Amino acid sequence: MSLRIVVCVKYVPDATGDRRFADDNTTDRDSVDGLLSELDEYGVEQALKIAEASGDAEVTVLTVGPDDAKDALRKALSMGADKAVHVNDDDIHGTDVIGTSAILAKAIEKTGFDLVVCGMASTDGTMGVIPALLSERLGVPQVTLLSEVGVEGGTVKGRRDGDAATELLEASLPAVVSVTDQSGEARYPSFKGIMAAKKKPVESLDLDDLGIEADEVGLAGAWTAVDSATARPARTAGTIVKDEGEGGKQLAEFLASQKFI
Amino acid sequence: MSQPIRPLKSMDRQLPSEEAADLLALTRELVERELAPRAAEEEAEGRFPREAMRLLGRSGLLGLPYPEEYGGGEQPYEVYLQVLEELAAGRLTVGMGVSVHTLACHALATFGSERQKQQWLPELLGGELLGAYCLSEPQSGSDAAALTTRAVREGGDGDDAHYSVTGTKAWITHGGVADFYSTMVRTGGPGPTGISVLLVPADTPGVAADAPERKMGLKGSPTAQVRFEAARVPAERLIGAEGQGFSIALSALDSGRLGIAACAVGVARAALDYAVEYARTRTQFGRPIAEFQGLSFMLADMATAVEAGRALYLSAARRRDAGLAFGKEAAMAKLFCTDAAMRVTTDAVQVLGGYGYTADHPVERYMREAKVLQILEGTNQIQRVVIGRKLTGG
Repeated sequence: MSLRIVVCVKYVPDATGDRRFADDNTTDRDSVDGLLSELDEYGVEQALKIAEASGDAEVTVLTVGPDDAKDALRKALSMGADKAVHVNDDDIHGTDVIGTSAILAKAIEKTGFDLVVCGMASTDGTMGVIPALLSERLGVPQVTLLSEVGVEGGTVKGRRDGDAATELLEASLPAVVSVTDQSGEARYPSFKGIMAAKKKPVESLDLDDLGIEADEVGLAGAWTAVDSATARPARTAGTIVKDEGEGGKQLAEFLASQKFI
Repeated sequence: MSQPIRPLKSMDRQLPSEEAADLLALTRELVERELAPRAAEEEAEGRFPREAMRLLGRSGLLGLPYPEEYGGGEQPYEVYLQVLEELAAGRLTVGMGVSVHTLACHALATFGSERQKQQWLPELLGGELLGAYCLSEPQSGSDAAALTTRAVREGGDGDDAHYSVTGTKAWITHGGVADFYSTMVRTGGPGPTGISVLLVPADTPGVAADAPERKMGLKGSPTAQVRFEAARVPAERLIGAEGQGFSIALSALDSGRLGIAACAVGVARAALDYAVEYARTRTQFGRPIAEFQGLSFMLADMATAVEAGRALYLSAARRRDAGLAFGKEAAMAKLFCTDAAMRVTTDAVQVLGGYGYTADHPVERYMREAKVLQILEGTNQIQRVVIGRKLTGG
């Protein structure tokens, strides 16, 4: 039976755009162009590599997000994924990471999986906890933050490069893995891939399909709440210290005045 | 001063299909991630981005206007040219490289036999091989029909049939880095009717490129003389009939001129975007210089030239796509867009003042690059000759 790989991807506001919060303190997804999170491209790439090496695998990309999130799925499909699942429901607006992991887990179970691949974090929320939450909810092992990953038989193996040590890790399938931005550059889609992606199946699911009640998710169901958000002040011109014999002293005074020392 | 300005703004284009919009999005991604970040450094060093060209090939961007059955993208010129504009805005060497490669494939794709197309076209369009177009010679530039590179048919009619090619081609874009040369040679008597086209592999013994010319701009794109010394080219590599070469070359040139027009708009747009962003952020006398009318009028004229140029090349492209004659319109587009690019890039340097004259900002490079576009693929004087003749029937 073929290896079933599910890649979780997120549609995020373009980090080079002018990102801001909406009136309800959720991420404003309307005023900035969105795209497939760059960190998730690494997940797609590794899933495709594993699938190519196995010769008998099916890669499904999964996202939870509004209508526009289909663009992230289409990008992943044009890179070479086989099919996509889009969980989209108005009641999902404002869902926190706990709720998102619940939705993803149900969708993954419904799709069927041997291996779940995630990026190391999203580029908007940057929490990086989804893999661990999924592991708990799905009841399977997690092998996270890998810079190298592969599947041999019924085992996923990988390398995690830490500050103090390099760990070689493995887990029996089914399992959840996450890969870092050191795992290898993601491929670009080709024009042919883009054309082919249009013919690939995209399944749309809502909360009903997954057996999730509306009040379990969304702003109301969130365990965390953002009370207020303040934009970072614009950058101001720095202080220039000219060394006329007193430079060191002036630097020290500056650092002390800013409470760095 | 470093480059604080994001080079290119995203454009709201009118495109005929969703797939075209996706293609442009892919192009922008390649430009932003792979081409633009290295452009200044590699152009200064005169490095040809061979790997980037391979990446474009794998992405399907080296055969866009050609049929899908041979590995092309089967896109109308209206779309292909806008891809060229985006590429050229990121780096002219690449935009022009794709245009030249497309031109080099034209003879085979349009006039080749079915067997020739099946045999060679897929690897040309698939991007592993890079092409060059060899028409000009040291003594025949604008007067292309005077070319003297000689191809003598030898070896009878069997498997040994071949042409022995001797002569020198000049100003060849990709000379020395190309894998094949679409070469116009003289197989018959003097004048246009004695010319034929050969598709010559670059590794043919007797084919060699000189050191690249030392140009004022577009330094990443090698331009070199290519010498043929009794180079033995199999007769099966004759494209079309003997004597048909000049009309093949000219039909390719009409399309090539549209490519140059699109590239010129790309360079002009890059200069405009940079100048606008600079004018918004540079303050003098306590306010952004963009608020001074003398400067904002300059920007307005630059933007108008870019829009008019795009409208003109697209109008010609749509005629081509509709199967209408477009030679005059292609000449007009080449003339107008490249003159506009020269003006816009020169003004962009002016907007940046002293900074614009330094290599710390890209506008001086754009200005040097724009100049060559007024010269190549038919000087703008020749374009006027073409337009004038079409008008008066001369």
